[in-house]
Parts: sequence; structure tokens; C-alpha cells
Amino acid sequence: MNLRGVAAIYRFEMARWRRTLWQSLVAPVITTALYFLVFGSAIGSRMSDMAGIDYGSFIVPGLILLSVLTQSISNASFGIYFPKFTGTIYEILSAPLSPFETVSAYVGAAATKSVILALVTLLTATLFVDVEVQHPALMLLFLVLIALGFCLLGFFIGLLANNFEQLQFVPLLVVTPLTFLGGVFYSVSALAEPWRTVTLVNPIIYLVSGYRWTFYGVADVPLGASILGMMLTILVPLAAITWIFRTGYKLKN
Amino acid sequence: MNVLEIENLRKVYAGGFEALKGIDLTIRKGEIFALLGPNGAGKTSLISIVCGIVTKSGGTVRVHGHDIESDYRAAREHVGLVPQELTTDAFETVWDTVRFTRGLFGKPGDDAYLEDLLKRLTLWDKRKSRMMELSGGMKRRVMIAKALSHEPDILFLDEPTAGVDVELRRDMWELVRSLRSGGTTIILTTHYIDEAEEMADRVGVIRKGEIVALGEKDELMRRMGRKTLKIFLETPLNAIPPSLSDWDVHLDDDGSTLCYDFDGHAEESGIPRLMRRLDESDIAWKDLTTRQSSLEDIFVTLVNEEKQA
Repeated sequence: MNLRGVAAIYRFEMARWRRTLWQSLVAPVITTALYFLVFGSAIGSRMSDMAGIDYGSFIVPGLILLSVLTQSISNASFGIYFPKFTGTIYEILSAPLSPFETVSAYVGAAATKSVILALVTLLTATLFVDVEVQHPALMLLFLVLIALGFCLLGFFIGLLANNFEQLQFVPLLVVTPLTFLGGVFYSVSALAEPWRTVTLVNPIIYLVSGYRWTFYGVADVPLGASILGMMLTILVPLAAITWIFRTGYKLKN
Repeated sequence: MNVLEIENLRKVYAGGFEALKGIDLTIRKGEIFALLGPNGAGKTSLISIVCGIVTKSGGTVRVHGHDIESDYRAAREHVGLVPQELTTDAFETVWDTVRFTRGLFGKPGDDAYLEDLLKRLTLWDKRKSRMMELSGGMKRRVMIAKALSHEPDILFLDEPTAGVDVELRRDMWELVRSLRSGGTTIILTTHYIDEAEEMADRVGVIRKGEIVALGEKDELMRRMGRKTLKIFLETPLNAIPPSLSDWDVHLDDDGSTLCYDFDGHAEESGIPRLMRRLDESDIAWKDLTTRQSSLEDIFVTLVNEEKQA
């Protein structure tokens, strides 16, 4: 295994992140803090509890995931698309690195950024609302799994993308709406039928529900379904990436 | 000893374009091999496949006996590539980008080696500069430094002097020679025939995905080269006189120069008889000269054959 090669890419990606810290960390944290301020402190104080939890506290896990999902896709897709765009991808392709090592380095770096972002966002949330984490180890585990899954999805998008607009399409027009409709601001039980059933088609609901369970012990869907959702979030893009590296599609042709 | 063995290498791109049509080629240790060919001939496709950037459609490629697919790690460790385009990360410093490439190839950090490398390429003073701050020539040197950072013994140079000034071009040639003297095998593609003529030990000409000429540069020039006798006439001719129809002659310079192409290695060049025939035909001449065809002439001939084909 070429661990030095993996470390070189990982360090390179983290250095790029540090160079753009305002854009990649400060801006999303401030945006999420505004959600806490508006929906948590201002509007939340006038709203009734959600699933027995203070509304401001209820939205914290979902808002963290909103930020993690979009940033995971953006970081990972940009990480691999930019070398394709500038042409420096030749170095990666000609190095003695296996596809697994290459993906591990890029996705590992992107997931690291997402986990740091989530933890900073969580700390920021405690400034505005009361936050309880009943299962801290599982909270971290789920966070890592979800970040990995969406970084893999981002990496896949970066491999396929032909321009910068395509990079933004999925996080802005697919993931963000699905996350907003995925139980970030409300419990599924608060919806009337048929919307309560329809919303279960949204895969994000399983992630938000599972992640919120690690905080407050309440969930909209069974925990097993959430774990299955996390596994699929990892396995589906992983299979697609494996196919791209095997065939060279959009990469070596 | 062969460091690179290519057998029946084929490449068909997704759109159906056949870039390589069964290339057979071996590269010997320590030589400078120049791959010549017009645009779209398949030079970059060939290099890209060997380096792992493009997948092949068929055939085998072995680097030091290691197959580039089944044993790609061992194969790639031997190879450094300087691509045609100046593709660099604009925000990285020279030092960081060179260290990055060494790391990619799994080599442990060796600052002493990298310092020596940058000094040899006159980049040491620029080590803290970001890539965006460098001139085109400096960037080209950085690309070479990156390619050599993991100490490969085979270096591919894809159009190394394209778009560089004359001085830098000469510097590049010197650098290539010094690398070869250090034991590195050099494979370069170029449009500049004089570059190949100046540096290469062996030359291959690729045309439409096929190698159409291959051999030692000097031997190739002897084999494929022709000599031309130029006879400068006292009075220009309108047409070749029938009395000279036994010779392969043509008029140049508005009829004031009679050119005779002949095989310089043939036992009978035909020149004495031609000169006598000129006297007999009362065609006066004032001067004459002979010229050996260059590698460029050979190249142009091969490319013209393509156009006529």
C-alpha cells in the first residue's frame, strides 16, 4: 500500500482547505448560526415543543447535517474536479496509487473537513440553544458515516462533472431541498397523511432521524432503517466510483 | 537491455478514433529516443498509455519487465512524465509541489535530493515562489523537477520545448544530455526536427497511429536520406532537355538551378556522366554543390507520403 502517496494527497487537500478557511468553514458555520438565531432563539421561543424537545434544540442535529451534506459534496467534488479542470490529474493517474488509495485520500480529507465543520457547528449551537448528546460515541460514528457517504457521492459527481455548474447542481438543487424536506425543521409525526408517508421516500429523513436519535433519543423512523440508509449512502456511490475506475470512464479515456 | 517494451499497442477512443494501430517499440536503457510525428499522429496517446493516464485498447506494455496494468505500481515507479501542457497548481510553492509529487510516488522525504534537483534546474532561488508567480520557462523547469522528484530512470518529455525561447531551448537540451549522462533514459516527442537531430540516439516517426520509420538517427538518415547535386546554370532553362531524361533531375530557382537527387551510397552516382552530358548539350554552368538531406527532409517526405496516400 502506498501510504505516503495517500498522505501526500490528504495533506494537499487539507492545505487547500486551510487556504480557504473563510469559505469552507467560517461561512457555513455563520450561516448555520443564523438558522439557530432565527429558528431557534427568535421564532423557536414562540413555537411548541417538537417530539417533546424544545424547538431550538430539536433543529440542531438536522442543521448540522444540512451543513455537512452540502459541504461534503462540495469539498469532495471540487477536490477531484479541480485537478481534472487544470490538468494536474495526470500526476494522480500516473502515480503508483490504487483506485482505493486515491479515493481514500480525497474522500478521507473531505470527510475530515466535514466532521470538523460539524463539531464547530455543534459548539456554536450551544451558544444559542440547549443541546444534549445522549449517545456521543454513536453521534460521532453516525457523523463520520454520513460524511463519508456524501463525500463519496461528491467524489463521484466530481469525476462525472464537465463544468463547475454541474458540480453545484446536486448539492444546491437536490440535496438542499431534500434536506429541508427531510425533517430538519419538523418531525415527520407532525405531518398529516399522505405527506407523512410520502416524505419517507426522501432518503435524507433516515439520516436526520438517526442522527437526531443520538442527541435526544427520539426518532421518526426505526434506528435500523437509519443505519441501513447510512450504509446505502456509502455503498451506492462507492460502487459507482469503482465502476468508473475499472472502466476509465470520464477519467482515462 | 530494454527498459520499455511495447507490443501491438492499440488505442481506440470512445468516439471510434483509432489513435494507435498496433505499435511495436522497444526503448534501450540510457538512450535518448525521439518520437516524431505530426499533430494527431498518436505521440501523446502512446506516452499517456505507458504512464497510466489513458487506458489501452489492446497490446502489452512492460516497463523494466513490469506490465503496466497487472504490475502497475512497479512499472510506474520507474517513470517520470513532463506533459506537454504547463499544468500546475497555481497556489502551491515550488518546494511544496515538488515534495507533493515525490510523496505521490511513495518515496520518503529527501530534502537534500530535492535541494540538489532544484539547484540543478536553477530553481532553488524560486523554491518559495508560488507557481502563479513564475514565468513559462520556470514553470517548465518545475514540471521537470516534479517528474524527477521520485528519481525515475525513464523520463518522458512530451514536447519539452514547445513555446519556449531559444535560450531556454538550448538549456533544456543541455539538461536532457546531463540527465542521460546520469543514467536516465529519455523519451521525447517533438515537432522540432532539429531537436531530434541534435539530441536523439534513435528516432521513431509515427504517422496515423503507426510507426513508419524507426532506427538509429545516423543510420536512418543514411538509409532514408538522399543527396542532391545542385548545378547553378549560366542561363536559366525553361524545361528539362530531353538529353537529360536518363537522370532524376528537376529545375529550381526559376530554371537557374538544375537539381539531381541521387543515392550517395550507390556505386554509380551518375554524376560524371551527367556532367559530360551537360557539356555535350551545351548547357553551361558556373557552380555546383551537393547537400545531404536532413532528418527534417526525411520527416517531410514521410508526411508527404501520408498526404499522397
